[in-house]
Amino acid sequence: MKHIEAKNVNVYYGDNHVLKDISLSIKENTVTAFIGPSGCGKSTFLRTLNRMNDYIDGFKKKGKIFIDGKDIYDKKVRVEELRRKVGMVFQKPNPFPKTIFENVAYGLKIHGIKDKKGIEETVEKSLKQSALWGEVKDKLHKPALSLSGGQQQRLCIARTLAVKPSIILMDEPASALDPISTAKIEELISELKEKYTIVIVTHNMQQAARVSDRTAFFYLGDMVEYGKTSEVFTNPQNKQTENYITGRFG
Amino acid sequence: MPAIEPELQALKDNLLDMLSMVKNQMAKCKEAIHKHDDSIAKEVIEDEKKVNIQELAIDRDCESILALYTPVATDLRFVLATLKIANDLERIGDNAKSLAKFIANNVHKIPKHWLAEFNIESMLEILISMLKDMGEALRKEDTKLALKTTKKDDELNEYNKKSFKVTAELIKNHPDDSKTLLTLFSLTRNLERAGDLTKNIAEEIVFHIDAKVVKHKKDQK
Repeated sequence: MKHIEAKNVNVYYGDNHVLKDISLSIKENTVTAFIGPSGCGKSTFLRTLNRMNDYIDGFKKKGKIFIDGKDIYDKKVRVEELRRKVGMVFQKPNPFPKTIFENVAYGLKIHGIKDKKGIEETVEKSLKQSALWGEVKDKLHKPALSLSGGQQQRLCIARTLAVKPSIILMDEPASALDPISTAKIEELISELKEKYTIVIVTHNMQQAARVSDRTAFFYLGDMVEYGKTSEVFTNPQNKQTENYITGRFG
Repeated sequence: MPAIEPELQALKDNLLDMLSMVKNQMAKCKEAIHKHDDSIAKEVIEDEKKVNIQELAIDRDCESILALYTPVATDLRFVLATLKIANDLERIGDNAKSLAKFIANNVHKIPKHWLAEFNIESMLEILISMLKDMGEALRKEDTKLALKTTKKDDELNEYNKKSFKVTAELIKNHPDDSKTLLTLFSLTRNLERAGDLTKNIAEEIVFHIDAKVVKHKKDQK
């Protein structure tokens, strides 16, 4: 089933036309990777999927983006509700300067959930889903900032999962991590795919090849190629894609 | 220029060298027969060691490129094709060595016309031409040439078929030489097999350049 559908999306920052007529659909429970050189528009496109660009000066969008068949830029859509449904994990782990427990519970509390037992259960479940529970279960009330970078990133994933999204957007989630932490995040992505739809922006070609089902290659605001990852990395249809993934430009 | 580029170029040069070595083995076999010179045949036997060493070097280089540069797309296909082509070339070299051994031991013992009746020189001529074309196709990334050349394999198959009848008739007339004649028959079979291996090389060249799998077409459906 189509989970995300973009139709003729154009994005402008002032006079700068940063996304040009992007149309693509993403199925449920899949991992889609956006690749391309810096400034190609891949992160901008990712951020249009949960309206993170709305407050950027000069941001203007044309075209439609549907999630579960609903236009997410419709005036009736509550942005907070959209972002609960479409969670986001950023490049640098950004835990709040609070305890591990409070970080995960934060989203629940701001959504007005007060049931203490329910919150505890959700925190535990989210930490288990993000493969962090075993490492932090005995220090839930220690500062989140005392964790390693890789653990902090998995904590941020747990924080995203706690509010029960159906889509998780990841903007270079492992680029600041060591190889072991990166492998853990990649393993986690494969596990999370069973329950969530994941869209990931990455500069790491091998990571895109390893974790994603489909890959979209962006260049200068155009989506040059979109297809099965196994085909994009063995037999890309477009010369620009081939030159990029083989390191001949970008 | 990406760091993988010189590595791939060096790999291609090594592969072309190996192809040239194997082609020369076939050419020397032909010369040895033509000149009735067992010393040339002995050179072919010696050359086989160089071919084997070259195959090992290519295997090692492919392994290192895969581990260090994690190639994708055309680069990946080239490394995979190279591994297979090197393996095919080594086996073609083995066939040349078997023939060379026979020539070295028998060229002065058997009647001259036997080798002609088995069309050994003609088969070698075809193989040399096929291998030359493969080098050219690989160098110029010319898949048309690679595929066109595979048609020559049909001629080798024909010679191989004929050799069955030739063997039967010669054994009837020279029963005491049946062992030698059967060896000649199996060497013809080897040359036909070398043609098949050269055809495989053409298919790998097409896979590398056009990303098309042309082998086992019937089974792909």
